[in-house]
Amino acid sequence: MIPAGETLRLAARALRRNKLRSFLTTLGIIIGVGAVIFIQSIGEGAKSRVRAQIESAGTNIVMLFSGASSGPGGRGGAGSQPTITWEDLRAIQTELPSVAAVAPQINSQQPVISETNTWNTQITGTTPDYFTIRSWPVANGQLFTASDQASAAKNAVIGQTAAENLFGPGVDPVGQIVRIRDAPFTIVGVLERKGQNAMGTDQDDGLFIPLSAFQTRMQRGLGKFVPGRISISAVSPEAIPRVRQEVSQLLRERHRLGPDDDDDFSTSSMAEMTSMLTSTQDTMTLLLSAIALVSLVVGGIGVMNIMLLSVTERTREIGIRMAVGAQPTDILMQFLIEALVLSAVGGALGVIFGVGLGHFIAPKFGWIMETKTQIVFISLGVSAGVGIVFGLYPARKASQLDPIDALRYE
Amino acid sequence: MSALIQLRNLAKIYQSGDSEFAALHDVNLTIERGEFVAISGSSGSGKSTLMNLLGCLDSPTRGNYVLSDKDVAQLSRIELAKVRNEFIGFVFQNFNLLSRTTALENVELPLIYARVPPAERHKRARESLERVGLGHRAGHTPSQLSGGQQQRVAIARALVTRPPLILADEPTGNLDSATSVEIMKLLTDLQASGMTIVFVTHEPDIAAYAARKLLLKDGAIISDVRQTPALAVA
Repeated sequence: MIPAGETLRLAARALRRNKLRSFLTTLGIIIGVGAVIFIQSIGEGAKSRVRAQIESAGTNIVMLFSGASSGPGGRGGAGSQPTITWEDLRAIQTELPSVAAVAPQINSQQPVISETNTWNTQITGTTPDYFTIRSWPVANGQLFTASDQASAAKNAVIGQTAAENLFGPGVDPVGQIVRIRDAPFTIVGVLERKGQNAMGTDQDDGLFIPLSAFQTRMQRGLGKFVPGRISISAVSPEAIPRVRQEVSQLLRERHRLGPDDDDDFSTSSMAEMTSMLTSTQDTMTLLLSAIALVSLVVGGIGVMNIMLLSVTERTREIGIRMAVGAQPTDILMQFLIEALVLSAVGGALGVIFGVGLGHFIAPKFGWIMETKTQIVFISLGVSAGVGIVFGLYPARKASQLDPIDALRYE
Repeated sequence: MSALIQLRNLAKIYQSGDSEFAALHDVNLTIERGEFVAISGSSGSGKSTLMNLLGCLDSPTRGNYVLSDKDVAQLSRIELAKVRNEFIGFVFQNFNLLSRTTALENVELPLIYARVPPAERHKRARESLERVGLGHRAGHTPSQLSGGQQQRVAIARALVTRPPLILADEPTGNLDSATSVEIMKLLTDLQASGMTIVFVTHEPDIAAYAARKLLLKDGAIISDVRQTPALAVA
């Protein structure tokens, strides 16, 4: 075989002779690879954003919902029917070793009135443990306390967004009074900024009050049952499955459920949400990448088309080369390398195009680009593979020409 | 030393449907090293078929062809390519140079397929071009050269592997008479330096340059005469 460098030089030269044609042929590959890189990068960026947001909520949290019952009143989903009592909650907190803290929470969207503004925001009634579970400290002031919860004190902790909207930027809200449903609440602390959650909700737009105060002011509820949902933090992320299993076992015992009865509560973990959300994203990315790959195959057909044309155009050249001693393999390699160069250059330009496109478009839509080197190498490999697969037939055709016929070809 | 070319009962038969057509039948021919042979004949006489067989571009249906002590009648395509590269230099009527490629690179072509390293390749190609008097045109492409110059480049390409045999198919067919004379002088010169040259022509005055004249008719050699070449070396 002729040294690869020699054949490569020959291929580069043949392609340079038809610059426009070569470029248009590679365009199919450029667009295909570019689209794959772009979609994968955006998908990867979105995924890591979701992951970061979910992790900001706390990775070792299990959510517990009451309901999901099937009784004489018909079936209901999670939270449809209060089934978890304060006694249950206490049992979870004290009896289970893998549980670190437990905090119920209930939300309501309510207008909050300050001296200067009115702002509709999310009111959360909860217990002080909530802030431990979410690892969410105050930036200024202090959290409400267990005794506030016990006495249904009208103390509130405020998020940064809600504070800015109620008091204007730069004003310290600690000590200010706000009215919720005509009841005055004193702001005792401002939370640190947390940003958006996985669903895109601004977590800083909210006000937190003791659950007891929430129940007196907004929603009476049934005294025996815990309203809303319950956050349970595990002692470590690894303990999550154990927490879920222990909680389930404990509640089934306490609710006296028989082996055939369904749970009258449900649990879910953040890890579960992460994998659910990212798997949706993965499916989308895969689907779009498949479409992009189709365009890569179309690009490959373009390469084959142009190589077939090139073989026909250069039949006499092939004849001359054979007459002076080129072996069929030499001719095969010449055309195969030409197709390979065509698609590999297309692949490289496609990577640049895809990354460039991403950096140009992504900021306009607030997307994040995260190009994995792995994807770059896979794309380059696939485009080179496309070149070989689609270049093989034309190259074989060239190598199998009869030298006499080829020399006579006009 | 044995003969360069030995043909024994060589035949090429083309089959179309049930009928057979013998383009060449039972040709027996011996060409010694250093001979200068012209092959003539009307079109359809089988001279092109004979040239293709001699040039290892085609394989005979029957018979033996021994080229330089090597039986080449039934070689594979790969082996034929090697024989063409090593033992034969071709000169064609229409020159058959690669367009948009310099004279030097055209001459280098057979050396590429002989796997000669670049430095030596350039050197030998340049020497070969100088031999045909075109050393100063190495960088020109065929379109920048006259017909006679293009044929000289083709001859330089045929020479560059130092093959024992040069095969020329109507080498002056596309040239005017003055240029034809120059080319025939060049071939005579090469023959004088020890190469074996076989060429096809239908022009008697071109055939006159050879020392031996073969005449083909209906796929057989009907006359084989020795003559004093037009430019007999004094």
